[in-house]
Amino acid sequence: MCTMISTKHPMTGQAKGRTGWFPIGQVYLAYDHPERSQLEHAVLLDFANEDVGPDARLAVELSIDQATALARHILATVDQAQSYEKG
Amino acid sequence: MKHTDEYEGLVAETVMVTGADGDPIHAYHARPLGPGPFPGIVLFHHRPGWDSWYRSTTRLFAAHGYSAICPDLFCRVGHGEPDDVAATARAAGGVSDSQVVGDAAGCVRLLRSHPTSNGKVGLFGTCSGGRHAYLAACQLDDIAALVDCWGGNIVANDDALTAAQPIAPANLSDRLTAPVLGLFGDQDQNPTPDDVNALEEILRNLGKSYEFHRYPDAGHGFFYDDRPSAYRTAEAVDGWSKVWSFLDRHLS
Repeated sequence: MCTMISTKHPMTGQAKGRTGWFPIGQVYLAYDHPERSQLEHAVLLDFANEDVGPDARLAVELSIDQATALARHILATVDQAQSYEKG
Repeated sequence: MKHTDEYEGLVAETVMVTGADGDPIHAYHARPLGPGPFPGIVLFHHRPGWDSWYRSTTRLFAAHGYSAICPDLFCRVGHGEPDDVAATARAAGGVSDSQVVGDAAGCVRLLRSHPTSNGKVGLFGTCSGGRHAYLAACQLDDIAALVDCWGGNIVANDDALTAAQPIAPANLSDRLTAPVLGLFGDQDQNPTPDDVNALEEILRNLGKSYEFHRYPDAGHGFFYDDRPSAYRTAEAVDGWSKVWSFLDRHLS
């Protein structure tokens, strides 16, 4: 961990990773060296389940701009979803 | 340089090492075939984990005549593909400095106890592994050489310290007995050129033996031939030549 920017949060849901679908237990958020992106640092988003093991992981690497866009898209969708549920 | 009619062979395998707190951990050990004597080197893997680059680099050291060992510093986190294990380790705040030094001590013991050892052991690390190598060189006895490749947070402000990494290794530099080779890219964000200047000033003021080489057109990780955006061919070729020359002078 080179940037020291890393947090972990409890999360529930379902994700599909290399071993198939698994129940999400945690979400990891970090800004650090990516594994695949051609960037020195990237926003790293991992859905994981530590009870299952390291293989239970859905990994995403994004630039800062793309991570910002994703966060906005999620919030916009959540706003629409909340409006829908209110009828 | 090997002659074309010279026999060459090496063995490379996963072994168990007694690490910090007596824990058994995995390590990748590669050494030349033959009776030796061979110098030893401990490789500290980078933040992306105990990955294929570190395994191939461990074999590279063996091909250059070193009994080389690379411990899985994330071994206690669990097992899986290296990037998955590394993600779990990062989310846990990284491994503790004291654990890393304990694991390194176990590797040094294994290398020195091997019948082919010449008794000398050096340390090598890149990225967070450079920091770990520096830290271990300050805390372990009788280390004969230290190669720090772009280790980040060796010089660190208090706000960069954590429970797992409570000390800036540069602050332990007075304990350093090994000569230091440092390789850095001027485009690196961690360590920045200012960080490298600060570390060099500490070593100079303490009268330590060191040589730093800086590459203006390189950034972080310029040895990583599996990462096209980081790899810099000319700088890597020159940097490796400096590694071999330095280790030959101090570990033979």
